[in-house]
Amino acid sequence: MVNTITDTPPVVAPPPVPATRTRRPRRRRLVRYLLRFVAVGYVAALVAMPVVVVTWRVIDQGWSVFWEAITAPEAIHAYKVTAQVAGCAVLINAVFGVGMAILLARYRFPGRTLLNVLIDVPISVSPIIVGLALVLAFGWTTGWFGSELQSAGIQVIFSMPGMVLATAFVSLPLVLREVLPVLEEEGIEQEQAARSLGANAPQRLWRITLPTIRWALAYGVVLTLARSVGEFGAVRVVSGDVTGQTQTLTLVVDQRAEQFEPGAYQLSVLLIAMSAICIVAISLIRPRGER
Amino acid sequence: MGIAAHGISKRFGSFVALDDVDLDVETGQLTALLGPSGGGKSTLLRIIGGLEDPDAGSVHIDGVEATDIPAQRRNVGFVFQHYAAFKHLSVFRNVAFGLEIRRRPKAEIRRRVHELLDLVHLDQFADRLPSQLSGGQRQRMALARALAVEPKVLLLDEPFGALDTKVRKELRDWLRRLHDEMQVTTVFVTHDQEEALEVSDEIVVINNGRIEQTGSPNELYDHPANDFVMGFLGPVTRLGERLVRPHDIEVLGAETTGALRGEVLRLVRVGFEVRAELRADGSDPWVQLTRGQADALSLEPGRTVWLRPAHDAATLAVT
Repeated sequence: MVNTITDTPPVVAPPPVPATRTRRPRRRRLVRYLLRFVAVGYVAALVAMPVVVVTWRVIDQGWSVFWEAITAPEAIHAYKVTAQVAGCAVLINAVFGVGMAILLARYRFPGRTLLNVLIDVPISVSPIIVGLALVLAFGWTTGWFGSELQSAGIQVIFSMPGMVLATAFVSLPLVLREVLPVLEEEGIEQEQAARSLGANAPQRLWRITLPTIRWALAYGVVLTLARSVGEFGAVRVVSGDVTGQTQTLTLVVDQRAEQFEPGAYQLSVLLIAMSAICIVAISLIRPRGER
Repeated sequence: MGIAAHGISKRFGSFVALDDVDLDVETGQLTALLGPSGGGKSTLLRIIGGLEDPDAGSVHIDGVEATDIPAQRRNVGFVFQHYAAFKHLSVFRNVAFGLEIRRRPKAEIRRRVHELLDLVHLDQFADRLPSQLSGGQRQRMALARALAVEPKVLLLDEPFGALDTKVRKELRDWLRRLHDEMQVTTVFVTHDQEEALEVSDEIVVINNGRIEQTGSPNELYDHPANDFVMGFLGPVTRLGERLVRPHDIEVLGAETTGALRGEVLRLVRVGFEVRAELRADGSDPWVQLTRGQADALSLEPGRTVWLRPAHDAATLAVT
């Protein structure tokens, strides 16, 4: 009895009637185990099993196949493209995320509520729609600004800028949603104190605001990076999926899997490993940010 | 004149925070802005400090027009109710902040910061983070930080409001002594009349966006301009058609001309004092007496006495 209570989360027991005293905890324990089983089973079926199957396939095919797949020229090119696209998207979203968070936390202006809602749209809209919308807006033949962009010689769609735009779009709110609550909680007094001590706006940003949000920002950046590296739908539409040119890692995986070429599982495992590193990084950052 | 704020008005939406207020603070004085919360006193302080812009009016600091000078160039020390400590910086770096912004030489900064930390008795905590200090220590750090830049005026917004009673009292005495040493023009906001009466050279009573009265603590206590000031600075009771302080009522055992006849309803003893609740001439005054006075008059419920204001008492007609 005593042990079962200490090794489980505390339950506030109602002042017990002697007759039910012995039966109730047992029934509760049963319910608790059942719930745990459901929760673990759910995660196992949805997350762990596919990961294990993919990893097993890779191990089964052997180290040399793995090495060959991840050092293939297409793969190496895809690393570069992915790094560039994700890097740019992270940079853009870090700068704009912090800027917008400061705007939303510190100022009241007409349209503020609308802006606050719009920022979450990228999370709820399917990436493929984002991709199509970008093609409609920036494509040379279809786009609203297509002819102007073409005459200026700027290619957005089927090239880097479009891929960065698409990736930045789908990961837009991640930095902002981490930073905004911290700014709101800390309030404005530290900045006002800095102001009365002679600090101008850039000095206040650098010496007070950024140090205050640094863990939230780091967390948001890691989330954005993970999301950007894994982005597929929107990038697929805007990139044109040209082998050796505009293929990110996820697009290479897709191509290999579609055409039954070797390497899809190996590169998938690589992506899984990157996500795992991001998750570890997040869990290392989080407790410090909450302290 | 240390601070001259003239014709200051400020609205927040439809709420009038300040309505054509004139404030003059002499150089080197310690002035309290006293009033109920929401009365506009904090807004006035923030306007002087440049943290808020007035809708109308002008601010002069040390004779220099400061209305359009941004807060960071006014050279004003500001202390906040909730300390506004820079949480990520050590106590030393907090105090050094203003000097670092002004790009003073490292050696000078170190010397000056340690001087100030010594002054506020925090030198041994120089390397700690604000989160490792108590509330009172944090506020002393905030004060040292504000003083580090040698401000022309020091502004404190409810500086002791977040502290418990004992610490508040200590810091109050300490602020007074510090001010006597430094002689910097100081304005502090408070809603605690005892704090204002005890610490300041001059009190400005602010209510509903207007200044009700300005004067020394004694002037305000003894000669309140109206019933609001009288009521805000201390207890008030009604005797007949006059408002008077409960300790300024004379209780007489025999009929006297000019005194109102009253009946004792209730006696309450609180430690050394006795509160007598009476009825006299359609009013229900209460009188504050010492135990000796009450015994000498052998007061008891039902006894008839005669009441009049003491001859030098401040009284106001009931409006």
